[in-house]
Amino acid sequence: MTELTKLTIAAARDALRKGEISSVELTGALNAAVDGADKLNAYAHKTPEIAEAQAKAADERLKAGDAPDLCGVPLGIKDLFCTEGTASQAASRILEGFRPQYESTVTTQLFRDGAVMLGKLNMDEFAMGSSNETSAYGPAVNPWQADDGVALTPGGSSGGSAAAVAADLCLGATGTDTGGSIRQPAAFTGITGIKPTYGRCSRWGIIAFASSLDQAGPMTRDVRDAAIMLRAMSGHDPKDSTSADIPVPDFEAMLTGDIRGKVIGIPREYHVDGMPGEIEALWSRGTEMLRDAGALIRDISLPHTKYALPAYYVIAPAEASSNLARYDGVRFGHRAKLAQGDGITEMYEKTRAEGFGSEVQRRIMVGTYVLSAGFYDAYYNRARKVRALIKRDFDQVFAEGVDAILTPATPSSAFGLGAMKDADPVQMYLNDVFTVTVNLAGLPGISVPAGLDHKGLPLGLQLIGRPWEEGDLLNTAYALEQAAGFVSKPAKWW
Amino acid sequence: MSIDTDTARRVAKLARIRVEEEALPALAAEFNTILGFIEQLQEVDVEGVEPMTGVTPMHLKRREDVVTDGSQQDKVLANAPDAREGFFAVPKVVE
Repeated sequence: MTELTKLTIAAARDALRKGEISSVELTGALNAAVDGADKLNAYAHKTPEIAEAQAKAADERLKAGDAPDLCGVPLGIKDLFCTEGTASQAASRILEGFRPQYESTVTTQLFRDGAVMLGKLNMDEFAMGSSNETSAYGPAVNPWQADDGVALTPGGSSGGSAAAVAADLCLGATGTDTGGSIRQPAAFTGITGIKPTYGRCSRWGIIAFASSLDQAGPMTRDVRDAAIMLRAMSGHDPKDSTSADIPVPDFEAMLTGDIRGKVIGIPREYHVDGMPGEIEALWSRGTEMLRDAGALIRDISLPHTKYALPAYYVIAPAEASSNLARYDGVRFGHRAKLAQGDGITEMYEKTRAEGFGSEVQRRIMVGTYVLSAGFYDAYYNRARKVRALIKRDFDQVFAEGVDAILTPATPSSAFGLGAMKDADPVQMYLNDVFTVTVNLAGLPGISVPAGLDHKGLPLGLQLIGRPWEEGDLLNTAYALEQAAGFVSKPAKWW
Repeated sequence: MSIDTDTARRVAKLARIRVEEEALPALAAEFNTILGFIEQLQEVDVEGVEPMTGVTPMHLKRREDVVTDGSQQDKVLANAPDAREGFFAVPKVVE
């Protein structure tokens, strides 16, 4: 049998059900792997005792029979999810010491199914970043390296999740995606990550960044595992008014690999200026793979694509400035030490200056500005109108019979930690150029590892699906995965 | 649209984030970079377009107007930096 830590969720499930392995054994092997990988800084808070207790309970349930798919499967949980009694601080100083008194809906559902939590995973502060470098814990490190041995970013914001899955420090992880935060790190680390349709997973108990864009999703070794984990995470929740009350299908059962006759759109606007030849070549290869599998390839146009990033950088900061107003030093988290005579305004201002990192402060203030009197229509309302046009572009191609859209996942492979240090913030934002449209339109999108670049680093392709048709999207991704045959793993150096 | 130091100071105040006086020019410059990027949106013809409010047309669900939660004072106060006698404590608000 494959080394325990390298198992897919599907393989672990089958072995657990047959009694070939126990969850206690599997969890022990992963706890040891986590302890030996501190150099990757993937886990911000390890929870081995919780994991052991959950593994024991899972083994009992497995013996009793009829255990759910995830029973006994060890997972990592992004630090953005509130987990009862366990540190959940969104990688921010302002939530230092915060111990939620409640459990997020997504983790409640995972634990209901018997999943085991190994710990809380590193991320960009409040999920704002594309390189994990805004984290109060310091950056997570990509297990992949080029020959030069330079430390690379695992991407962001779900960088710890991506690093942990790629380095065999969990069998799967939860991520969240507001502008690409599942799909970009998945592409940078050679794993699979899906952002489902907005409303598929409850946002309750997930620390909010931009509420109209935030969605949770799984990050896994392969498409089958994504299907298994997404089903457990999905479903209607009365505590989130935007969660959809529609049935959750058995996504795994929809993985036939048969995509004959499916129409795949290739959007011409995604050929952006300065895109490396390798990315273009990968995209063409992916197109050929889907054609060879029997899909019909169609050139399409999504004319408002270039306005997606600017619209996002109005809407997301605006929502963030409102959501993050709650961090005031009164109800939870950090409160600054006050000087003699300081009143409540000084308390707010000092607490927020000490507690938030520079990128979070910048976005709160940009959001404050675009929502301020006199600019609300010029910036915020205009961005919401442009967002409607971006969504209409997608609605039109889907109405014309397109089943899924193929694009690159990122404009490059993983870059060096610190490489963007002197770049202006907009340069970092360009990382999300292929992913952000999907959040604005609320669509499901998946990143599938599809090849290596000349440095030996993984590259991903993105498939975008129709709303609520994650099953069909996962099946197309499954066909792409089979054709691409990506099996590379990072060589262990940590 | 260009943001000067005064505007940066006003935005920081509105956001309740303390920014030291000497940091304001750099902050204003960063705002200008980001707003320059956002400025592209002015090119788009949005005549007659309704602002998007949600991604799927969906009616908000209603529920019975009854108490569903409460009586958890200890839990509510558990993470407060300063809780006293069942209340959140803050510096003096009124003189």
